Amino acid sequence: MGKKILLANDHIEGIRFLDTYRKNGGYTALEKALKSMTPEQIVEEVKTSGLRGRGGAGFPTGMKWSFLAKPEGVPRYVVCNADESEPGTFKDRYLMERIPHLLIEGMILSSFALGAKTSYIYIRGEYFYVARIVEQAIEEAYAAGLLGKNILNSGFDLDLYVQIGAGAYICGEETALLESLEGKRGNPRIKPPFPAIAGLYGCPTVVNNVETIAAVVPIVNEGGAAYAAVGIGNSKGTKLISASGHINKPGVYEIELGVPVEEFIYSDEYCGGIRNGKKLKAVVAGGSSVPILPTELILNTAAGEPRLMSYESLADGGFATGTMLGSGGFIVMDEDTSIVKNLYTFARFYHHESCGQCSPCREGTGWMEKILHKILHGHGTLADVDLLWDIQSKIEGKTICPLGEAAAWPVAAAIRHFRKEFEDFIRNGEHVNDVKHYYRLNNLTAPIN
Amino acid sequence: MSEKTILKFSDETAAIAKKIVARYPEGRHKSALIPLLHLAQAEFDGWLSVPAMDCVAEFLSIQPIEAYEVASFYSMFNLKPVGKCTLEVCRTSSCWLSGAEDVVRHIEKKLGIKEGQTTADGMFTLKTVECLGSCGTAPMLQCGGDYYENLTLEKTDNLLEALRAEGKARVYTNDNPVNID
Repeated sequence: MGKKILLANDHIEGIRFLDTYRKNGGYTALEKALKSMTPEQIVEEVKTSGLRGRGGAGFPTGMKWSFLAKPEGVPRYVVCNADESEPGTFKDRYLMERIPHLLIEGMILSSFALGAKTSYIYIRGEYFYVARIVEQAIEEAYAAGLLGKNILNSGFDLDLYVQIGAGAYICGEETALLESLEGKRGNPRIKPPFPAIAGLYGCPTVVNNVETIAAVVPIVNEGGAAYAAVGIGNSKGTKLISASGHINKPGVYEIELGVPVEEFIYSDEYCGGIRNGKKLKAVVAGGSSVPILPTELILNTAAGEPRLMSYESLADGGFATGTMLGSGGFIVMDEDTSIVKNLYTFARFYHHESCGQCSPCREGTGWMEKILHKILHGHGTLADVDLLWDIQSKIEGKTICPLGEAAAWPVAAAIRHFRKEFEDFIRNGEHVNDVKHYYRLNNLTAPIN
Repeated sequence: MSEKTILKFSDETAAIAKKIVARYPEGRHKSALIPLLHLAQAEFDGWLSVPAMDCVAEFLSIQPIEAYEVASFYSMFNLKPVGKCTLEVCRTSSCWLSGAEDVVRHIEKKLGIKEGQTTADGMFTLKTVECLGSCGTAPMLQCGGDYYENLTLEKTDNLLEALRAEGKARVYTNDNPVNID
C-alpha cells in the first residue's frame, strides 16, 4: 500500500463529525501551532515541505504565502478555492464530503500563519450538499471553541464562512473567484497586481485549493521535512487523483507522488485496469486542460523511461511528447473511444465556460466547437484539421487568464497525437470501431456500457 | 404585467439573508449577492424573474442592473421559468464516455420532450450541463441539490417516478440539514 497522508483516516466511520475526527488525532496540529509555534514558523514548515498548489498550477505554496503583503492596519484574507470544475476532477468534493474538518483545521492553521481574521471557503454552486456538510462542520467547530473568538485560549480570533458559487468554471481562476466572492461576474482580473498584494476587497489575499490547505495539517503535525521525505524529486508528498473513464475502479486515490502510471492504471490498489478487458487507447492525466497522450506516451516517456505520476515525469518531453499532472483529473479512454467526439465535449465545455472578456478565447472557443461539430456530423474537410490547429495557436498566450491555454491545449494535443483519426473520421464519416457511436449517429438505442 | 409585480422575501428567508449579509465586512454586503440570488430562485418558483432579482437588489441596496448582470453570468440561475424538477445531465468527457447521451435520449423519450424543454404538466425540465465533478460515478444528473450517480436506464426510470411522487426537487440553499450515507 502506498503512503496515505490526507486520507489516512478516510475509512473510519463518522470521521465527518468533530468527535470522531478529534478522537483520531484531529485538531492536534491546531493545538500544537497555537501553543508552540509562531505564524512565521508555520510558513517555514510549509516552505520546507515543498508542497505545491494542488489545484492544477503546481506553484510552491510556501513561496505563494511568502509573497503576501502585510501593510499595517489592512486586513488579510485566506480564501479556499473549492470551485472544483475542471472536467475529470472530483477530489476536493470527496475530501470535503468525507473529512470536512481536515479542510477547516487547515483553514484555521493557514489563517493563523498568514494573519487572517476572516476567511472564506468558496464552493462551486452545484456542490450544494457539500457546502451544507462543510457548514455543519463549521458549526461544530464554533461550538467547540475551534473557531470564533480566542480559539483554544490562544488569543487568536477567526471567523470562517462558506461562500457558494453559481455555476462558472472560470471562477476556479483565483482572481475570477475573488470577483465572484465580491458579488460580481466572474471576469478574471488583469495581473499584476496579484492577490497577494491586492486580492479580496483590494486587501492582501492568499487563494489556495482545498487539497493544498488540507495538506497544511499533516505538515504542521509531522513537520515539513517529514512531508518532503514522501514523494520523488520536486514532487513532494501525496496527491489526490480523481480517476474516471473506462477503468474498473473509478474513484479518488491518494498516491505517493512517483507511482508509475502503468501501476496506477493496472494495479488493483488503484484503477484496476481497463473495463471489459479492453485495451488502453489514451489518457488525459491532469484534468481536461492538459494534453491527451496515447498509450505508448502515457506509460513511457519518449526516451523509453517508465512514466511516473509526478509533476516532472508527466511533463517530461514538454508538450511534444508529455503532459501535466494538473489537478490530477485522470480520464482513461479505451480502444473504442472516439478521440474526435471526446474532444468535441471538451471544446463545447470551454466555449460554454469562456467568460467572454478576451476576444481570442470568446471567439476562438466558439469556432473550435463549431468546426468539431461540423466534423462530427459528417461535413468536415481535411482542411478543417489545419484550421483547428491554426485557431488554437491563436488563442494560447493571448488572454488575460489561462482559460485560453486550457481551451487550446486539448485541441492541439488531440491533433498532435491523433491526426490520422481526425482524417479518417472526415473521410469515412465515423470511427469504425465505436459501435455505440454508430448507434448514436443513427439514432438507435444502444445499451449503456 | 409581471414587470409591475413586487416580490418580497418571506420572513424566514429574510432572516437567513440577514445572516448571510453579516458574513462580510462593513460596506461589502454586495458579496451576498450570489447566495441571495440562490435564495430568491428557491423561493420564487425556481427561476429569477425581473421582480425576483429586484427583490434581491432592494434587499442589498444595490442597483437592479448589478443583480441582472450577475444573474445572467452564472449558469445555475434560470432566467426563464422551469419545471418543478430540473434534470441536469452532465455531458462532459467522463460522463460521455460512460453513456450520458444514452441517459439524455432515454429521458427525452420517456418524458416526450427534447433537451431544454419542460413537460406540459410543468413537472420536469431537461437540461444538459457541463462537468459537475462526479466523473468517477458517471453517468450522473443533478436535480435540485441532489446528485444521482452511476445511472443506468432503470435507475433513471426509478428516479423519475420518485421525483414525480415527491412533486418537487430538494434544495439546500437554506438551513436544511443534509443527511447522506
